[in-house]
Amino acid sequence: MFQEEVKTIGGFRLHVIPTKKYKTNTLVLKMKAPLCEKDVTMRALVPYVLQNATERHPSMKALRTYLDELYGATLQVDLAKKGENHIITIRMDIANEKFLGDTSPLLREALTLFSDMLFRPFTEGDGFSAAIVEQEKRALKQKIQSLFDDKMRYAQHRLMEEMYKGSPYALDVHGKLEDVDSIDAKRLYEHYEHMLKHDEIDLYIVGDVMLADVEHDVAERFPLEVRPPRSIATPTITIRTDVQEVVEKQDVKQGKLHLGYRTNTTYNDPDYDALQVWNGIFGGFAHSKLFINVREKASLAYYAASRIESHQGMMMVMAGIDPSKYERALEIIHAQAEAMRNGQFSDEEIVQTKAVIRNQLLETIDTARGMIEMSYHNVIATNQRPLQQWLEGIEKVTREDIVRVGEKIELDTIYFLTEKEGEKK
Amino acid sequence: MKIIHHDQLQEQLFYERLNNGLDVYILPKKEFNKTYATFTTKYGSVDNYFTPYGKTTMKKVPDGIAHFLEHKLFEKEDGDVFQTFSKQGASANAFTSFTRTAYLFSSTTNVEKNLETLLDFVQEPYFTEQTVEKEKGIIGQEIRMYDDNPDWRLYFGTIESMYHHHPVKIDIAGTVESISHITKDLLYECYETFYHPSNMLLFVTGPIDPSAILEQIRTNQAKKTFRPPAEIERFRYEEPTHVARERHVIEMNVQTPKCFVGIKATNVYTKGKEKLKHECAIGLLLDYLFGKSSTHYERLYQQGLIDETFMVDYTEESDFGFGLVGGDTSQPDQLAAEIQRILLEFDDIDDEQVERMKRKKIGTFLRSLNSLEYIANQFTRYAFDHMSLFDVVETLQSLTSDDLKTVARECFVREQFTVCQVVPKR
Repeated sequence: MFQEEVKTIGGFRLHVIPTKKYKTNTLVLKMKAPLCEKDVTMRALVPYVLQNATERHPSMKALRTYLDELYGATLQVDLAKKGENHIITIRMDIANEKFLGDTSPLLREALTLFSDMLFRPFTEGDGFSAAIVEQEKRALKQKIQSLFDDKMRYAQHRLMEEMYKGSPYALDVHGKLEDVDSIDAKRLYEHYEHMLKHDEIDLYIVGDVMLADVEHDVAERFPLEVRPPRSIATPTITIRTDVQEVVEKQDVKQGKLHLGYRTNTTYNDPDYDALQVWNGIFGGFAHSKLFINVREKASLAYYAASRIESHQGMMMVMAGIDPSKYERALEIIHAQAEAMRNGQFSDEEIVQTKAVIRNQLLETIDTARGMIEMSYHNVIATNQRPLQQWLEGIEKVTREDIVRVGEKIELDTIYFLTEKEGEKK
Repeated sequence: MKIIHHDQLQEQLFYERLNNGLDVYILPKKEFNKTYATFTTKYGSVDNYFTPYGKTTMKKVPDGIAHFLEHKLFEKEDGDVFQTFSKQGASANAFTSFTRTAYLFSSTTNVEKNLETLLDFVQEPYFTEQTVEKEKGIIGQEIRMYDDNPDWRLYFGTIESMYHHHPVKIDIAGTVESISHITKDLLYECYETFYHPSNMLLFVTGPIDPSAILEQIRTNQAKKTFRPPAEIERFRYEEPTHVARERHVIEMNVQTPKCFVGIKATNVYTKGKEKLKHECAIGLLLDYLFGKSSTHYERLYQQGLIDETFMVDYTEESDFGFGLVGGDTSQPDQLAAEIQRILLEFDDIDDEQVERMKRKKIGTFLRSLNSLEYIANQFTRYAFDHMSLFDVVETLQSLTSDDLKTVARECFVREQFTVCQVVPKR
């Protein structure tokens, strides 16, 4: 599998994953806090402000020029939610000098820059640079708005909004448009200081290095105080007796049909393995019931698939269909879910699904990102599931386990984004 | 079997051309779990006018047929090939580009079986009228999906504006109308012409033993009979250097406008090292002008004309080449004007900056070699134009400021620019 050395240094955990697979070394910092309406917009803004400039590299051009000199080191930030946690990810990836005929230790340079960005950002007075904050506020607003333009992402977000109305999971990870304007450079800086004190922080290093090689350099550069452990965010349970149906009309050519189910099973539960197999037979792959029946047999869609949100206990089905085929597509999707509930799947489908899940897990750890995400599941969850155990768990799933976990799955919301009437050609 | 050593990159590439003309490349990567294999034909959406095998006159085929064929190759008399792959624990896929159709799988077990399945399904077509008709509904929805996607519309809108005749301007999937003319006989005709082993390349990479894998491939191919290889005659479109349309505005159901400036490159008819150098030079120059470390990027960002979606890209294949610069913007006209002005005003770059950009490009190239998918797909793309992926570092190192000024003179010409915008519907 893969080796991982973990060490707590002051207020954060350092994870080192030694591997010779890559020609670069990867640094990833994860900052986690509960997803909440009050903080989400400021949290979304902070990493984008940080990656602009540092004391030592006081402008975007200076910082980016330095990254070029480090053989095009990359620096990226992104935001995600896992269950009701808001996670900020800052990534740096830098060439391993042994492939360059250059002997300067690039990883150490990268660590220094990373630390500068986190602890010595470019400031003015008692806050961030007002110009940078204004510029990033504008970019954030544009980012929030652009969700509307990508109809697949939009439909997915709208489904969450409807399904988790009033609870944190309904929030967009980029925050709320109406909250952006009121943020100023000083308040944002205070929030950044708060994050450094209170967030749960994990730093990953993946590459041709060992913990002993980097531990000292890291400890020196990441002076994070010890903090009380965060309470684990448990997903808000929504209780709905009837299935809600939401139809939204826009000027679109293809209808986006998204269904949200409560699985009542998360990564923490012992039957999570069975849920994965259930989802795989139902809609996770190109051999699954949804793909075969919605796409191959009925010729209704190009994509028709399901996926589970491991930490939230939800499953989503999505299909892009002709607006006139709404009832037909729903009927087929419901019929597949019903077949699953009645245990109408062959032993061969079980074996096949286990084989592709196993393959998917093993392929995941061929990328630095995949290894980190896999390890990070265990930070989010209370239940540890090392890869070997995960693989064994999948193997052990029986037909009865699959049927049993399926009994807990309930359809919650049907969301359909469709064309405006009278626009049919 | 020939072994090609790349010492600095610490890679060894194994190569053989089989008797039937198939080029086989194997790159062992022992640290990885998965094996990734691509089986690619030099046949893409631009190959729409050619002399079918066994015929004497040129023929135009419906737009989108190469992509349609890709979909249909997965279906066999006894079912879907996806099923076979997943029973063998593999994940399979395919894609069609302007110049290539690639079939691929990745798997961490049963590599031999999966490789056998890959070779056999691509080399045993099974098309019927009924399955062809059924596919029209599926691909119709694929086309609709792209119709609603503003980034795709912007991308193709820009390319469409650049070319008068060249079929690169046609959407790879075709249109609902064009695919309605596709029949099983047309599919067979395209298949017979373009899927001969001598027009194909197999790339396998992963924790594999190259001799054993090569032996398996030889045996598999020796069991099958192929017609003798034949030169493929493709229509050569005469394409003027200036763009077909200077400006194109697409109104869509969006909130944020988008803008691209397209740059139609000239001097794109070379092959081999010369082509690689041309591609690297334009790519590096565009990155110098518009990359995140550029003066222009910083200024445009501060002025609020661009955001994180701003990108710059250069594509050069076969006999076409184009650059794209742009992204989401609240002021599409102003951004278009700024980008064009920057391109036209470029006149010099000093050696220090060239060296910095080379460093960046070399590091970026190293990073891309972390991905088996990138290696297999890009190696194939380069090989089809007689270049080698593993010459990229050397080629970048050889670039001089004069090379960059030469490509700038050739490409940064107003008549070769086009502006495409997606704007909210009024």
